[in-house]
Amino acid sequence: MAKNISKIILLASMLILFGCSREEVPHTRGVYMLMDTSGTYTKELEQAQRVINFILSNLNPGDSFAVARVDTGSFSEKDIIAKVQFEDRPSRANQQKRIFRDKIDKFVKNVKGSAYTDITGGMLQAIEWLNEARTGHNTILIFSDLKEDLKKGFVRDIPLQLSGFSVVALNVTKLRSDNIDPREYLNRLAAWQERVEAGGGTWQVVNDLERLESVLTF
Amino acid sequence: MSLSNFLMITPNPVASGVIWFVIISIVLYIARAHAHQGILAASRTVRNALRLSAHSVMLLVNRLHQRNKEVLLNQGREAAERIIEREFERVDATVRRDLAEYPALHRLLSEEITKIDEDYKESIDVPPAPPGWVKAVEAVAKIPTTKGDPMVGNVLEDIHQSLIKANTKATEEYRKASHQRHQLLTNMMPHWRRLRQLLTQVDKNINSLLQRSTTIDRHMDEFEGIIHQTDRAARMLSSSSLTQFFISLFVLAIAVGGAVINFHLIARPLSEMVGGTSYIMGFQMNNIAAMVIILVELAMGLFLMESMRITRLFPVIGALNDKTRQRMVWTFFSILFFLAMVEAGLAFMREILMEEDAATRAILRGDSVAKEVAQGSYLWITTAAQMGMGFVLPFALMFVAIPLETFVHSLRTVLGVVMVGLLRVLAWSLRFLGNIARYTGDTLVHGYDLIIFAPLWIERMVKGAKQGEVKKKEKKNVDSMHFGGAA
Repeated sequence: MAKNISKIILLASMLILFGCSREEVPHTRGVYMLMDTSGTYTKELEQAQRVINFILSNLNPGDSFAVARVDTGSFSEKDIIAKVQFEDRPSRANQQKRIFRDKIDKFVKNVKGSAYTDITGGMLQAIEWLNEARTGHNTILIFSDLKEDLKKGFVRDIPLQLSGFSVVALNVTKLRSDNIDPREYLNRLAAWQERVEAGGGTWQVVNDLERLESVLTF
Repeated sequence: MSLSNFLMITPNPVASGVIWFVIISIVLYIARAHAHQGILAASRTVRNALRLSAHSVMLLVNRLHQRNKEVLLNQGREAAERIIEREFERVDATVRRDLAEYPALHRLLSEEITKIDEDYKESIDVPPAPPGWVKAVEAVAKIPTTKGDPMVGNVLEDIHQSLIKANTKATEEYRKASHQRHQLLTNMMPHWRRLRQLLTQVDKNINSLLQRSTTIDRHMDEFEGIIHQTDRAARMLSSSSLTQFFISLFVLAIAVGGAVINFHLIARPLSEMVGGTSYIMGFQMNNIAAMVIILVELAMGLFLMESMRITRLFPVIGALNDKTRQRMVWTFFSILFFLAMVEAGLAFMREILMEEDAATRAILRGDSVAKEVAQGSYLWITTAAQMGMGFVLPFALMFVAIPLETFVHSLRTVLGVVMVGLLRVLAWSLRFLGNIARYTGDTLVHGYDLIIFAPLWIERMVKGAKQGEVKKKEKKNVDSMHFGGAA
């Protein structure tokens, strides 16, 4: 009888111990958004603002969100425009959302176009940041035409470690050359898809931002 | 050598088939008696095993039925005792309240009756006494008179006048006395009314006692039935228990609905306190906290009802002395009140959070109209409603204790009835399978004989021929004896 009681106590204490361990990782979400600021794409930044606001309104306490620009060399923390890990308290999380939005607004007003487009560098930075954030579900949003234009000497032929990541390309605008030869556009998308899927991630393209709500299910 | 090669005795498959059929028929015919015995023995074994199992299950059913009856009768006895006890308490209260005042009532009645009696005596009609000098007048009137003597006439005239005066005076006095008597009779009316009221009250009290005694008689009859463990009492209790089970289940379902609403009221604001991102065993911490608060409220409600002796789920609380019990009542009520206040506060917090969320979303969307709507002046109504619900629901959930007690008590009976039903179905199924096994054995025996119909037919033919010869011989013997006898 005493043995049985001790077994029950042991089982209960183990349950409590394992049960009480904080398992934040599987339940939180991390979103990293890359904004292309090169050349004429700066005109599209108002759309990006809408997307950011939409994401902000959908994120919950405990989630992480960062917005970074894509410029000549994007593999740098300096390119992160705003980043936040929302606090546990919903009221505080709301305040953080408002501050985040203000930062983005300020950035969009004063943004200057960059000469080159280093999307891969931005992706690497996104992977690093999201891994550090230890979030459960990671999403990288690329707001760009996906045309990479690297400065001479920059090495970006690096395999991406995207296992457990969802990569969503937003508002992939067609360039003038794409209109002449649409294969360029399709090849560009296919190349990125191949690269992402080779890294273990999932790939999705959303050009119609009206459908954003139904596509981006966080 | 494959199986087909083995089976093909001759190149012609039909011939091979016929040969095999003949071989099999012969083998089966030789083994017929043993095969029949084997098949029948196997079917009997299965059938007996199944029937034995069915019998065991039926024994279990009877035991369970008996146990259910005992439980039901025990519960019924306890319930009847409680009802009778309560009826006696009511009778006691009535007797204490009404009949304890009976001496005072009796005194009151006596006083009223005395007053009425006195008034009655005073109101007796006493005719006025004739004046004493009337006889003197008669004597004067008999005096012989002579014509022309005016003296006698004058005297009589004076007497006549005096008589009229006396009569008038007497009449007035009589009227006055009658008026006084009528006044007395009028004054008797309130006493009569009071008397009537008192007697009506007494009648009502007595009738109430009589009604109570009738109810007690009815309950006592039921109680006696339960004590004597009659089938009627068991049936009535079973039916009553089933009804109570479904009613309590329905009320509990309503209570669960209330608890769910309560949960949604407090779960969201609790994330402000305990955080919304921590998880325990896969559940959000704020949800667990909300659930714990509701369960604590339920527990406090149960204890409160128990301390008030409305329910009897915890005999320990019921057995406490009255003073301790009273203290516990106040303690549990205070905790419940405190939790209700906390819930009202959380409901208020929920509304603030929702408004803030709506405002943030409106800002993020750049929607000025939505922002205004989010800050609308009518929102105090929903805030007040949520706070009210947050305060009231804990007290409403407190009353779950009553259907819960009924549910727990009736559940035993219902489970017993369901178990008996299931076991009866099992017993029937076992018996059915036993019969199937038996008839399957018979069918197999007939099927076996069908396969070896040819040898059996030959056997019958041979037997028939032998019997024919025996009969012929017997007939010959009989004939020879007959003719020999005749010769």
